[in-house]
Amino acid sequence: MKDYINQGNIDTRSGFGAGLLEAGQKNGNVVALCADLVGSLKMASFIKEFPERFFQCGIAEANMVGVAAGMALSGKIPFIGSFANFVTARVFDQVRQSIAYSECNVKIAASHAGVTLGEDGATHQTLEDIGMMRMLPGMVVLSPCDYNQTKAATLAAAEYEGPVYLRFGRPSMPNFTPVDDKFEIGKAIKMEEGSDVTILATGHLVWQSVLAAQALESEGVSIELINIATIKPLDEDSILESVAKTHCCVVAEEHEMYGGLGEMIAGLLARRDPVPMEQVAVNDRFGQSGTPVQLLEAYGLDAPHIVEAVRKVIHRK
Amino acid sequence: MKEYTLPEIASQIRRDIIRMVTTAKSGHPGGSLSSTDFLTYLFFQEMDQTPETWRRDGKGQDMFFLSAGHLAPVLYAVLARRGYFPLSELGTLREYGSMLQGHPSVRNGMKGIEQAAGSLGQGLSVALGAALAKKMNNDGHTVFCLTGDGESEEGQIWEAAHFGAHHGIDNLIAFTDYNGQQIDGTTQDIAGFHKDLREKWLSFGWNCFEADGHDFDSIKLAFGKGKEARGSGKPVMILFRTVMGKGVDFMEGTNKWHGKAPSEEQCTAALGQLKETMGDY
Repeated sequence: MKDYINQGNIDTRSGFGAGLLEAGQKNGNVVALCADLVGSLKMASFIKEFPERFFQCGIAEANMVGVAAGMALSGKIPFIGSFANFVTARVFDQVRQSIAYSECNVKIAASHAGVTLGEDGATHQTLEDIGMMRMLPGMVVLSPCDYNQTKAATLAAAEYEGPVYLRFGRPSMPNFTPVDDKFEIGKAIKMEEGSDVTILATGHLVWQSVLAAQALESEGVSIELINIATIKPLDEDSILESVAKTHCCVVAEEHEMYGGLGEMIAGLLARRDPVPMEQVAVNDRFGQSGTPVQLLEAYGLDAPHIVEAVRKVIHRK
Repeated sequence: MKEYTLPEIASQIRRDIIRMVTTAKSGHPGGSLSSTDFLTYLFFQEMDQTPETWRRDGKGQDMFFLSAGHLAPVLYAVLARRGYFPLSELGTLREYGSMLQGHPSVRNGMKGIEQAAGSLGQGLSVALGAALAKKMNNDGHTVFCLTGDGESEEGQIWEAAHFGAHHGIDNLIAFTDYNGQQIDGTTQDIAGFHKDLREKWLSFGWNCFEADGHDFDSIKLAFGKGKEARGSGKPVMILFRTVMGKGVDFMEGTNKWHGKAPSEEQCTAALGQLKETMGDY
C-alpha cells in the first residue's frame, strides 16, 4: 500500500471555508448566504474579504434557499450554508422546486453531516441527506473525504454550472489527500490497486477504509480502495471495472444504509454485475450524543467494522 | 392593428381562462379571474419587459415572479395575449407535452416564466433574491411578485418578509390577490388573520398599500406608489382587494371555484357574461 501521510487533523468544513474564499477570489459572481451559522461553516474569511457578497439570512432556511435561487437566476453563484440537516430535510421542498426543478445554479454547502457531528445528538445528525439529495433529478452530490479534498470540491462546485449538494463534516479528521489534486466531478478516485475485494468509501469513512486496508494488508488481503467523492453522477464504469476484477465489494458511508451510496451501488450491481456486497452504514437508527470516535464505533462505521465486512464479503465469493 | 383598452383585454383574458380550464377539465379559474385586471395592467402598461427582450436572467428589464403557481391560467393567457407565445398554445393547457404545464415550469421554453411555482410560499423569497442581485448589478429595474392571501399562511412568506425589510430591498414590488378565499373556505375562517394583513406587512417593516384590484385607476395608482417607494429602504406590498371568480356571476365570491373546471354548459353561461373583444384563440 501507499503511505498515507496525515498532514494534520483538521475539519472538512474548514476545507469548505478555504475553498469558498478562493472561489470568491477567482470569480466575482460567487456569493455566500448563511442561516446564522457562519462560525460553524467557516465563512469568516470570505465575509471579511467580500462583505458585500455575503448575506446573513437568519434562522430562516426556507427563505435562504429561495433568495439563493433568485440570485442564481441573475448570474450569481450562491453558496448557501447550514448544517446538513437544515439544508436538506428542513427545506426539501424548497430545494426541490426552487433549485432543482427550476434549474438554478445554487451550491448547497452542508456541514456537520452524519453522526460525527457528535455531542449535539440525533436532532442535528442527519443520516438521510444523501438519499434525499440524490433523488432530485439533476442534483450533483459531492462527498469529499478530508480538508484538501473538500477545498478542491468547493472550487469544482463553483465552476460547475448547475445545482450541487456538497456534504462535509464537523470534527477534525486526518488530512491525507494531496494538496493540489484537482477535483473532477463524476470521477471516482482509485487510491489502491488490489485484487481480493473492492472497498468503495465516501466522506469520513475513506480514512477509516485506509486504516482497514492497512490492517488487512498485514493479513495478506489485497484491497482495491476507491474514494467515491462524487455520489451523483456515480462513476459506474470505474466501479464495474473494479468489481469485475475483485468479484466483491464493501460500501462504506456515514449515512443510513437505506437510500445512501450503498443502495445506489447495490442497484448498479444488481443491474449490471451482481457480485457479493456488504454495507458499512447506519442500520435504521437515529444518532445520539457522544464523541465522533465513540459514535463511529457504536454505529459500526469505524475501521474494525470495515475489516469485518471485508472478511464477510470475501467469504461469500 | 387595433388598440384595445385594458378592460377589453381583461375581458378577453377572462374568456381565455374559462375556455382553457373547461377544455383541460381541471385547473384554477377562481384566483385567475380575480388576478386578471392587475396582471393585465402589469404586463400591458407597467413592466419594462417585452416578449422580444425577455430573458430569464432579467438583465436590463423588469422581472415578474408568480409565487401562487396555481394562477397559471391567467399568467398563460396574459403572456399569450401580450405576444410571448402563440395564442394557439392556450388550448393545450395541462395536456401531455404542452408548454402550459398545470403549474408553471421553466423546462418547456416558455418565455415569461422565471421560475417554477406551485408548492406555495416560495416565490417571494426567489423574487427578493433576484431583486438583491439587481441591486448588486446596478440594474435599476424593478422585480414584481404575485402572492395569494391564502398562500400567506405559509411560514416562508414571513421569513421572506423579515429578510426583505432587513436587507432594505426596495426595488421589489410584491402584490397579493386579496380575494379572501382558499380551497377549504374563506381565509378568515381557515386562518383567521387576514383582517389585519396590512398591519402585518407594515409591522414587518414594509411599505403596504391597499387598492381595488378590479379598478384600473386604483391599480395604476398603487403601482405608482410602489415605484415611488424606491429609495425608502423598504420593499413594497400591494394588497389588491379582489373578488374570487370576478366576471362570472356564479363564480364570484365563493371558494367553490378555486380549483374546479366548469362543465360545457357552465362554460357557455360564463362566456355569455364576458365580452369577446380581441377574438377567441
